[in-house]
Amino acid sequence: MTVSPTPSAAPGSPTRAAVRMEGLRKTYGEVVAVEGLDLEIGAGEFFSLLGPSGSGKTTTLRMIAGFELPTAGRILLDGEDVSQRPPYERDVNTVFQDYALFPHLSVGENVGYGLMIRKVPRDERARRVADALRMVRLTGLDDRRPGQLSGGQRQRVALARALVNRPRVLLLDEPLGALDLKLRQEMQVELKTIQQEVGITFIYVTHDQDEALSMSDRIAIFNQGRVEQVGSPADVYERPATAFVAGFVGISNILEGAVAAFVTDGAGTVTVRPEKIHLLDPGDPVPAGSVALTGRVHDVVYLGSDTKYLVELDAGGTLAVIKQNVATSSMEALALKGKPVLLAWDRTHTLPVAADGAGGGPSPT
Amino acid sequence: MHEPRGARIALRIATIAVLVFIYAPLAVIAIYAFNSGTNQAWPLAGLSFQWFERAFEQSGVRDALWASIRAGLGATAVALFLGSLVAFAVQRFRFFGRETVGFLVLLPIALPGIVTGIALNSAFRTAGLELGMTTIVIGHATFCVVLVYNNVIARLRRVSRHLEEASMDLGATQWQTFRYVTFPAIRTALLAGGLLAFALSFDEVIVTTFTTGGGEKTIPIWILQNYTRTSGLPIVNVVALLLILLSVIPVWIAQRLAGAGTGSPSGR
Repeated sequence: MTVSPTPSAAPGSPTRAAVRMEGLRKTYGEVVAVEGLDLEIGAGEFFSLLGPSGSGKTTTLRMIAGFELPTAGRILLDGEDVSQRPPYERDVNTVFQDYALFPHLSVGENVGYGLMIRKVPRDERARRVADALRMVRLTGLDDRRPGQLSGGQRQRVALARALVNRPRVLLLDEPLGALDLKLRQEMQVELKTIQQEVGITFIYVTHDQDEALSMSDRIAIFNQGRVEQVGSPADVYERPATAFVAGFVGISNILEGAVAAFVTDGAGTVTVRPEKIHLLDPGDPVPAGSVALTGRVHDVVYLGSDTKYLVELDAGGTLAVIKQNVATSSMEALALKGKPVLLAWDRTHTLPVAADGAGGGPSPT
Repeated sequence: MHEPRGARIALRIATIAVLVFIYAPLAVIAIYAFNSGTNQAWPLAGLSFQWFERAFEQSGVRDALWASIRAGLGATAVALFLGSLVAFAVQRFRFFGRETVGFLVLLPIALPGIVTGIALNSAFRTAGLELGMTTIVIGHATFCVVLVYNNVIARLRRVSRHLEEASMDLGATQWQTFRYVTFPAIRTALLAGGLLAFALSFDEVIVTTFTTGGGEKTIPIWILQNYTRTSGLPIVNVVALLLILLSVIPVWIAQRLAGAGTGSPSGR
């Protein structure tokens, strides 16, 4: 459950940390936004900060950018302590959730802003702006104003404006949050492609678990100002460290108390992923090596390609089961409501997790 | 829009009535300005431009106009500087008494001018300041500040803080950020506030009466003094007509600018 301090799933297994946070803490008066954070993000990694709103992920990002100064602790960029430096003296760039494009400047001027400030010669600037716009597929829109662009195009401009400076680290604060689902999925693929192309470290803040799982090399899951777990998408999904992680990354299928004791032959809190559970008739034989529990279907949610069944267990507690609608029609699926069923899953899919409120789970250090 | 026919006609008549109520007196002045006689009576003795010529020949009118322009520009400059500073402070920083500051800045325009005038007069005398152009400018600035303040703070509320953060994130210092991002964003608000301040200062009478030493005569003061003289009246009409035209322009521009959004494509 404890996470190795060095990135394990990053491409090329980097040896040095692009960003290192040591005992990072941020309070606003009485309110603790970030509580004693220790994180190391490898060069070239796509690293996501995942958590609900108010969990401290955006505050962490803003501290790396320099918009907020930490109350305690240090931030190192490439081994250099930048904790107290202003944003303009840090080699990182940010893509804002609302894009923050300068409305009075054209697309070309927006993208070239950082280069203009750094007094990059005009011809080199023009070339790099054109390159950046080509990378985000906005060639030819240089003279437009941000107000004349669609949401997706603005998002790309914001990305180009940050990347054109070739920062060491790119910070993205829920950059796809304002886009509709279809566009968001397209941009996820594109962002990942661009990241691999430029090889810049991406630190990506999101509250969308699917986004984090599909794009990241590693994910840090935030809860109430603390990191509950750091790991690869497979790690956090298949081996959630805490009940919170199990619930936030995926569907909360937590069993506690007597029923948990029954399935594990021991005490503690366990979780099981809803797609690992077989939904059987009460009389069906239980497959070898499986845990079996009886219950009653409390609710059926038809989701198109899948159906979600909420099953109240006779032994107490509720489990969600997700089945692909391979041969099931919606009529058949919905007819199961109220029926008694037998739930079975392979013992190896029973995952013990730390209960909520047990000190926020293991620290990632 | 499906009001009954009767209501629509009634609204139209009411609108016209209000406009006539407001503008008929102005029209009367405008017509008298072209009167060839000195008597203000119908029917007009005839049409002529003679009072225009007389008005332009009078050094009194020219001096007064020049004094008004200087007072207006001075008060506007002070208002722009102080008004935007206060707006930034109130909008950007959390400090004790922040709400009160906003209210106190607003107050001078609500206070009776006569009170402001007496107060300023007493204050200047106590401080040993000689009354003149400087005291007029200071007097006008007290109630002009609020116009700039209101315009700038309304704009600042609409400009995302992220814009300035993005600028600094891209390597710009605070000063560069102000120059390239913040100032362009509030530029039209400053212009709108400045124009309104100038217009307000330009026709101010009461505070001016108490803060001018008698050496400086602004246009409104000059009008008041000449209005009562039969020989002066026709010229006053001409000056009044010019003032109407002069004040319409800045107010109209200010309204257009205040309406122009920061995100509009024509924002630059």
